[in-house]
Amino acid sequence: MEHITLLIGIVIVTALVFDFTNGFHDTANAMATTISTGALKPKTAVAMSAALNLVGAFLSVEVAKTISGGIIDEGAGIRPEVIFAGLVGAIVWNLLTWLAGLPSSSSHALFGGLIGATLVSVGIGGVNADAVVMKVLIPAVAAPIVAGIAATAATRLTYRLARNRAEEDSAKGYRAGQIASAALVSLAHGTNDAQKTMGVITLALITGGVLAPQADPPLWVIASAGIAIALGTYLGGWRIIRTMGKGITDIQPPQGFAAQTGAAVTILASSHLGFALSTTQVCSGAVMGSGLGRKGGVVRWSTAGRMVIAWGLTLPAAALVAAGAAFLAGQGTWGVTTVAVLGVAICGAIWAASRRKPVDHSNVNDVAPAESAAPAGVVTAALQSVAPPPAGSTTAGAGTIEGIPAQSTTRSPATSAVR
Amino acid sequence: MNIDWAALGQVFGTTLVVTVAMVGLFTLGIVGTSRKPRQEGEAGTAAAVGGGTSAVARTGGYACFALCLAAVGYGIFLIVAG
Repeated sequence: MEHITLLIGIVIVTALVFDFTNGFHDTANAMATTISTGALKPKTAVAMSAALNLVGAFLSVEVAKTISGGIIDEGAGIRPEVIFAGLVGAIVWNLLTWLAGLPSSSSHALFGGLIGATLVSVGIGGVNADAVVMKVLIPAVAAPIVAGIAATAATRLTYRLARNRAEEDSAKGYRAGQIASAALVSLAHGTNDAQKTMGVITLALITGGVLAPQADPPLWVIASAGIAIALGTYLGGWRIIRTMGKGITDIQPPQGFAAQTGAAVTILASSHLGFALSTTQVCSGAVMGSGLGRKGGVVRWSTAGRMVIAWGLTLPAAALVAAGAAFLAGQGTWGVTTVAVLGVAICGAIWAASRRKPVDHSNVNDVAPAESAAPAGVVTAALQSVAPPPAGSTTAGAGTIEGIPAQSTTRSPATSAVR
Repeated sequence: MNIDWAALGQVFGTTLVVTVAMVGLFTLGIVGTSRKPRQEGEAGTAAAVGGGTSAVARTGGYACFALCLAAVGYGIFLIVAG
């Protein structure tokens, strides 16, 4: 019993860490265009998004009964180790894509992680291939197209209707509209994604016998999941915000408004008409669409292409990491410990790598021309720093975390000099 | 493999129509309530140069904004009822 409690404790902490990475990974969805058009100051934008995520977490009373939406057969022997391994895979992939500044779906990372872990510990029978195609692959392809076309059409229309108005007159209105749409996206995100974590934690508690089957998540689970996602959102995935707000296309206020409204409508329509689309892909698609809709607007297809590659890789990559983690965790207590230590080490290494070229609220909108070449290099750098044996990278990661405050103070003059 | 094309088509259609309608409405609201830098040739608009909006346009603009506000309210309702 004691062992189970410890393991479940680890699962809960891991789930909250995933929730946190989910929050800062997805801040960009709601706020990237709002920040890049200047509708809200970067700090204000993330604070608003965080508050709405927190509210959203408390809003829905509907329990996330199945964390995987039928993709894996939860009756087929899902043990806490499997959930743990799946979460580790999802966290690692979320952090890697964040380092590269690529918006990728946190839900796909979670699904991928759970699929990989299930494959290793239960076998191919535990995964429902049809559901993978229906709930992951098709929405992934459809989301950017649906949101992109809607945003293109909306951008065209709004430029046409407002062609006789001075830009400075209309910009204020557009910004207000954009803030409203972004708020809706944040709220929907809090309700959906915080629920996922609550579902994971509740499932872990049920498998451990702490809660009765079919029980509702206790208040502390709801509160901690909401707070984790809000904290993550507030810290902000500035790298991803930069890519979405500045990297894909240059966004003017009308485009930002059209893209954000398109994204909000797509998310609400899809989740209420029974064909859930991934928030990340919807928002990225909407931004691309708004780039296409403006006369003289340019979509940077190289950035968009990298993003699409990251979408394609998300599920298999998270699955691969999770499969390795599940294999180790299946070896017993020492295996779980090893996975935990390795996971912390990798997170530390990625964090350390990110400090070499920090992106935060002060420089999120400054894009140097050389920026486009950077992410590819960052990924390889990250992979290299992840590759060394665990003992080495643990100390490296821990050492650098200690040094961060000093770095971040010395960094500012350098950044402004570059500008 | 059973792809639910009907649901996908429905999502696509709804998204397209609602997005364009919302953005269109809001833009009309902006157009109605903002100053006119150029004469549009509407009958009865005695807009002063560089400022002033007709009462009809302004009222229409506010009506558009109100409709948008209602749509946002409906969106919040969908999230809460979710």
